[in-house]
Amino acid sequence: MTPKVPAMPLAVVRVSAWRAMALVVRRDLRASLRQRQDLLNPLLFFFMVVTLFPLGVSPEVSFLQQAGSGILWVAALLSTLLSLDHLFRHDFDDGTLEQMVLQPQPLFLLVLAKSVAHWLLTGLPLVMLAPVLGVMLHLDGNSIAILCLTLLIGTPVLSLIGAIGAALTLGLRAGGVLLSLLIIPLYIPVLIFGTGTVAAAANGAPVGGYLALMMAFLVLAITLAPFASAAALRISLSNS
Amino acid sequence: MAFDSFSAFIAMGGHGPYVWICYAVFTLFMVGLGLWSRRQQKAVLRSHKQRLSREQNGAANQGAAPASFTRIHPS
Amino acid sequence: MWQFIRQLFHKFGSPKWFYGIASKMMPWLLGIGLILLLAGLVWGLAFAPAERLQGNSYRIIFIHVPSAFLAQSIYIMMAVTAVVTLVWRMKLADLFVRAVAPVGAVLTFLALFTGAVWGKPTWGTWWVWDARLTSMLILLFLYFGVIVLMSAITDEKSSARAVAVLVLVGVVNIPIIKYSVEWWNTLHQPATFKLTDKPSMAPEMWVPLLLSVLGLYLLFGWLACLRMQTEILKREHRTRWVRDLATAEGN
Repeated sequence: MTPKVPAMPLAVVRVSAWRAMALVVRRDLRASLRQRQDLLNPLLFFFMVVTLFPLGVSPEVSFLQQAGSGILWVAALLSTLLSLDHLFRHDFDDGTLEQMVLQPQPLFLLVLAKSVAHWLLTGLPLVMLAPVLGVMLHLDGNSIAILCLTLLIGTPVLSLIGAIGAALTLGLRAGGVLLSLLIIPLYIPVLIFGTGTVAAAANGAPVGGYLALMMAFLVLAITLAPFASAAALRISLSNS
Repeated sequence: MAFDSFSAFIAMGGHGPYVWICYAVFTLFMVGLGLWSRRQQKAVLRSHKQRLSREQNGAANQGAAPASFTRIHPS
Repeated sequence: MWQFIRQLFHKFGSPKWFYGIASKMMPWLLGIGLILLLAGLVWGLAFAPAERLQGNSYRIIFIHVPSAFLAQSIYIMMAVTAVVTLVWRMKLADLFVRAVAPVGAVLTFLALFTGAVWGKPTWGTWWVWDARLTSMLILLFLYFGVIVLMSAITDEKSSARAVAVLVLVGVVNIPIIKYSVEWWNTLHQPATFKLTDKPSMAPEMWVPLLLSVLGLYLLFGWLACLRMQTEILKREHRTRWVRDLATAEGN
C-alpha cells in the first residue's frame, strides 16, 4: 500500500533551474510526509543505537562523557546510511527518475535538490534529536552545542556523498548492504573531523579552524558530489 | 654478508619469526595470485574451445539429420 | 600528425592488438621483474646491514614498502583509466580496472599484514592505530567497494562506467582521508614512532629497496597483462581471432 506520489510538475514549459529545484524539494518533502514511517525510522534507529552503548559498554559518567560525541556521530552516520536506500528508490520504481533525466534543467541540480530534501528529512531531525541524547550521555552544554554544530555541517555532507552510493546501487538486488560498503570509507573523514572538533572543544582548544575545515568539506561536497551522483544515475538508468 | 652463520641468518637476532612470516605470506600471496590468474586464463580458453567444438558438432548434426529438434544455443 | 594520433588511439583501443603486444612483453616483464625482486630481497635479507634501532626486524621493509607503494599507485592508475573509460569509453581502460582491482586489494592486504607483523617487535603489539596503517586499511575498504560493485552489476558497459565513477570519487577522497587520518592520529597519540621516517638511509639499505620496488612494479605489469588478456578473451569470445586462438591454444 504505497500512497500516491504527486506527479512531477516539471513538464511546464521553461521552468528555471531554481524553480525546478524548489519543486523537487517540495515534492520530496510532501511525498515523504505521506509516508511518515520512512521519516521516523532513521530517528528511531538513531535513538536505539545510542541506547545500546551505555547498555553494552558502560553507563559510567566518565566513559559516556568521553565517548558520547563519538557514539552520537557514529549513530547519526549509520542512520543516514539506513535512510539512503530510499533516496532514489521510489522515483526509480515509478519512472519519475527517467523523466527527471529528460528534463531540460541540468540533472546535477535536480540531484542536489533531492539531496537537500533528504537532508531536511533525515539529517535535520537527527541534529534536533542529538541534544536530548547528548544530555542522556552526560555531555556538558558546551560539548552538546559544538556537537550539534558539527552535525549540522556534517550531515549534509553525509547526504550528498550518500547520494552517489544510492545512485550507483540503484537497480541492484543487494542494494542496501552494497551501498553501505561503498559509502562507509568515504564517510570516514567527516566522522573524524566531526568527533575531533568536539574532542578539541572538550580540551579547551579553539574550534573555529576545525569548523571552517568542515565547512570546506561541505562546499566541496556540494560542488562535486551532485556531478558524480548525476553521472551514476544516468549509468544506473541505462542499465535497467 | 651481514650475518656470521646460516643459523644467525635464520634467527635474525631474535626477530626471525616476524621477518620470515612476512616473507612467507608475501611469497604465498604473490605466487598464488600469479598461478590463479594463469589458471583463469587457461580455463577461459578451454571453455571457449569446448563451446566451439560443441557448436561444430551441433552444426554437423544438423546437417546430417535435419529432422532433429536438438538445437544448441551458443553462449 | 592528428591523423597519426587518432590512428594510434584506435590501435590502442583494439583488444586484439593489445593481446599481441602483451604476449610479447610478458616474458620480459616476468623475467626482469623476478630477477630484480629476488636480487632486492636477497640483498636486503642477507647483505644489508642491520638497522641501528630496530635490529633485523626492519628487513620487512623490503616487502612492506614495495607493497604499500604499489597498492597506492594501482589505485591512482585505476583512477586515470577510469577517466579514460568515462570520457572516451575505451574498452581496454575498463578491462584494466577490472583486471587490476583484485591485485591492488591483495597488495594492500600484504602491506597491512607486513606492517602489523613489523609492529609486533617494534611497538610491542600487532596492531597500532597508526596513521599510515589506518589509511591503508581504508584503502583496502575502497578496493573492496570497487570489487563488490564490479561483481554486482552484470551488464558490462554500465558496470564499467559505474565502477569508474566510484573509483574517481574514491581518488578524490584519498588525499582527504590521508590528511584527516593524520590529523586524527596526532589528536589521539601525540608522539608515535614513525617507521619509514628516516632522513638518512644508508645506500646499502635503499638500493635493495629500490630494486625490490622496481621488481614488484614489473611483476605487476606482468600480472596486469595476463589478467587483461583473460578479460579480453572472456569479452571478445565471438570474434574470429579469439576463436582461432582458442582452437589453437586451449588444449
